Amino acid sequence: MSETVIKCESVYKIFGENAKKMLEESNGNVDAKTFQERGCIVGVNNASFEVAKGEMLVVMGLSGSGKSTLLRCISRLTDATGGKIFIEGQDLLELNNKELIELRRNKMGMVFQSFALLPHKTVVENIAFPLQIKGTNTEESISRAMEMVKLVGLDGRENYFPRELSGGQQQRVGIARSLAVEPDIWFLDEPFSALDPLIRKEMQDEFLRLQEKLQKTIMFITHDFDEALKLADRIAIMKDGIIEQLDTPANIVLNPATEYVRKFTEEVPREKVLIIEDVMDASSKDNLGDLKVSKDEIIENVAEKILTQEKLVGVIDSNNNIVGSIKPSKIIDTVFGGRKNGS
Amino acid sequence: MEYLKKYPKLFQWLFLLIVFFALCFAIDVPETYKFIRGQAEFVKDPNQSVYFFLGKEVRYYAFDVFWRLPPLLGWLPIWINDSLFFLMNEWMPMEFWNEDTQEFKTRPLLLEISRNLTSFMTFLIELIREILLGGLETIVAFTSWDFIDAYPWLELPGLPWTIVAAGAAILSYKLSGKGLALFAGLTMIYISIFGQWKPSMQTLSFILVAAPLSFIFGLGLGIAAYKSKRVEKALYPILLVMQTMPQYAVLVPALVLFGVGDHAAVIITMVVAVPPMILLTILGLRAIPPEVIEAGRMSGCTNWQLMFKVLIPTARRDILIGVNQVIMVCFSMAVISAFIGAKGLGFNLLLALNQLNIGLALEAGLCISLIAILLDKMSLAWANKQTDYFGNLTFFQRNKNVIFFAASFVIGIILAYVGTFIFKGSFNYLFEIPHNKGISTADFWNKGVDWIFDTFFVYIKAFNTWLIQDVLQPMRALYLRMPAVATLVLAVGAGYLIGGVRSALVVAALTLFIALSPWWDRALVTLYMATFGVVISCLIGFTVGTLCFQNKKSAAFMLGVCDIFQTFPSFVYLIPVMMLFGITDTSVLIAVIVYATIPATRYTIEGLRSVPVGLHEAATMSGVNKFQRLTKIEFPLAFPHMMLGLNQTIVFALFMVIIGAFIGTEDLGQYILKALSDKNGAGIGLTLGICVAFIGLIFDNLIRTWVGKRKKHLGIA
Repeated sequence: MSETVIKCESVYKIFGENAKKMLEESNGNVDAKTFQERGCIVGVNNASFEVAKGEMLVVMGLSGSGKSTLLRCISRLTDATGGKIFIEGQDLLELNNKELIELRRNKMGMVFQSFALLPHKTVVENIAFPLQIKGTNTEESISRAMEMVKLVGLDGRENYFPRELSGGQQQRVGIARSLAVEPDIWFLDEPFSALDPLIRKEMQDEFLRLQEKLQKTIMFITHDFDEALKLADRIAIMKDGIIEQLDTPANIVLNPATEYVRKFTEEVPREKVLIIEDVMDASSKDNLGDLKVSKDEIIENVAEKILTQEKLVGVIDSNNNIVGSIKPSKIIDTVFGGRKNGS
Repeated sequence: MEYLKKYPKLFQWLFLLIVFFALCFAIDVPETYKFIRGQAEFVKDPNQSVYFFLGKEVRYYAFDVFWRLPPLLGWLPIWINDSLFFLMNEWMPMEFWNEDTQEFKTRPLLLEISRNLTSFMTFLIELIREILLGGLETIVAFTSWDFIDAYPWLELPGLPWTIVAAGAAILSYKLSGKGLALFAGLTMIYISIFGQWKPSMQTLSFILVAAPLSFIFGLGLGIAAYKSKRVEKALYPILLVMQTMPQYAVLVPALVLFGVGDHAAVIITMVVAVPPMILLTILGLRAIPPEVIEAGRMSGCTNWQLMFKVLIPTARRDILIGVNQVIMVCFSMAVISAFIGAKGLGFNLLLALNQLNIGLALEAGLCISLIAILLDKMSLAWANKQTDYFGNLTFFQRNKNVIFFAASFVIGIILAYVGTFIFKGSFNYLFEIPHNKGISTADFWNKGVDWIFDTFFVYIKAFNTWLIQDVLQPMRALYLRMPAVATLVLAVGAGYLIGGVRSALVVAALTLFIALSPWWDRALVTLYMATFGVVISCLIGFTVGTLCFQNKKSAAFMLGVCDIFQTFPSFVYLIPVMMLFGITDTSVLIAVIVYATIPATRYTIEGLRSVPVGLHEAATMSGVNKFQRLTKIEFPLAFPHMMLGLNQTIVFALFMVIIGAFIGTEDLGQYILKALSDKNGAGIGLTLGICVAFIGLIFDNLIRTWVGKRKKHLGIA
């Protein structure tokens, strides 16, 4: 495992007047209902996880599940009620205001659901804003902002005001702004939720292209399970402030930890999510047919080939070593059958 | 019974009205009651009673308590007066160093603070005034009179009017463009050649001090209130009262605290102009989407940067409306504060009105209005200005405005110098056209007024007599016929029916304050005039608004007209009506109607506009015609907003009624005006102002509560 960038240890966020005291009394055993009766609302309940450098963690949950609150705790837009958060080993909650501002100016970028552009500034001024806040001089910040304008494909519109742009274009500005200071950590709070489906897909592809190039450490919030599957290295599924499951997309689809998670996975077309490695039989490597497939192939791409075989199909790794096998019937099983318990 | 269940509210209202009228008929007019003219409170009369409160003697007319409540608050004005005097003259005497006499002198703290404040204000005003008009106070302030005697050439000569006009045009061009530049230039030239230069510049210097100070204080306090709940809670009641307090009323206390002159006028203008600025700042800051704030913080803003680079620019729209209000109030006060000795156009306007010289008043009024519109447009343009980063400009292009100004500066000076040769022995018209030595159209207007009077005298007179005898007098008599208890019951009942116990209590407290003050009768007269004005204004405003709304262009045009009319200082409205109707209640009422129609029209159009497009389409698809759409869809939905317009209409009408006292009415305004010349007027003026403010607040509370509920009901909160 490469180095950890974000680390959360039992993070709690509880809204209400006596939140802190009540949390102490409960000894880490927070029950949303009893808290609510006493006038507190539990936003995040005992969240612990790590995000590695260059990894994209997608936090998925429906509205009110606490995913945005969790993100705001980690960016310290709100202070967590309990627990510890480390950013590159630094204890976030111990930072004073000045250090926090330094951290945000140099290490963090954030994209918002409603774009949150400054209405009185043009595209290029909006993008240059974090730089100017840092104290970069006008000329340098504007030229850097122009690079970002090109990166997100808004050339020619740099002197437009946000109100003159479409939603997708506005979010491109938001993305460019969050990247202007070249942050290491990139927070995205439902960045594509306010866009219509076609634009959303386009932006997702664009986003993947950017990430390929930039390799940031990312926390991405969404309520769209398909989006999570498409983008994530790992997915955290939240409900009522609790992280129900945190795993790779494939594992979540194959082994949903709770009933709640399973409901999401039911409708997911597995052949699009799972790779051969997820369903192969690693123990039997004998009696193989002629066809060999790579273990990293997505099932959808090789299903047709495998299904025409009668014998076992060999699975190979990148060095052409056989690491397992797969029965053609297993493919049918995965795609059509056994949805109840996942495998 | 069926009906009773279906419309419970209707029957509650009916019941309230029945009780009200029953009380009215049950309580007889006492034989001793007559509406007392003049200084009722100080007349010795067999009917008069006396009581003592905190050692103060309060005299009043005793009536049956059901008819008129005894003025139990009669001690309040006296008490306010005494406390003010005590604070000013006796409280906390301290040693202060006196520059002039070079020794320590004992003075009360507040007096010293007030003196320092006034001298600071005077300095600011004089500084600008002397740049525009010339003078030597500023240089004296830094040196001494002896110094000026030794070097008389140091006296500032003032700028030639050509330079100021060119400067205004160039600044307008930089801020907005050719249109505004043309307007600025023409305004300045007009002012100059019509001989209003000096008073205009005096007014301008007053405003250039008062407006920025009000803006800064308003913004600062607004930010403080936004950041701290406690500050907001402390400010809120004061803001509410100040919103509905007539500007007249603050004059007198300021007179006591700061004396007479421009400096007092500046301070008083700030007192009046800051509250709306605060309210709009808070409103704007509250409306910022939380994500924008988070975006600012994630960009690494310090608190300071967040406030000035993110929050305030984002809240720009509301803050700009605040600036607009500040400018409006400043011009309004520029006239009103002439009562306490502010120089300038306002003073000329009041003087002309006093002498019934309508032509002169018109000229002064036009100048004030033009400058008001100009400053308003300039402030708007300034806030909307943007920077061009990519234009590859030459040195000349980048600095052309400065270069042009420098050029016009030189040309102006040369012209003024040449002028000394052309106009030898008379006034140098190229330097400054003295007051009343320019072209004057006053005679023309006066003749016009005379002509109108001669030609239409019969009709105007007939209309006037009819209105006064057949409408106003009976209406006034009816209002005065209401027993105090009946009025209280009506007000509190309405409060309860609209907003429950809470509203009832608020309304009761406000009404009781007025009822227990010595001016209940006057308040009723004020109320009757305001009611008359409001009813007519609303009829006109709602009709005009609805008609204009039928067409997008006419609606936009009407809103523009409202904007311009709103920029006129309130006193200006008195000029044309006095032209036509002379000094009568009719004049005041017509001024009230014209002034109060502005918000009624504006809010009607805005309300109708805010009806969602989807509903329009839905209505059209269900096959309604235009009229049905208006009555079934648009009116019900726009009604809450139109009621807010009614609220504004009431406030505007009250203001105008009070200002109308200048023409001579018998309401609270008359007493406020009287308090101006009274040695003990501060307390009376303030209490009267509070009474007027409370009348406004009663309606404000009822209407806002109703609108809030209605909007929630309609789901358009």
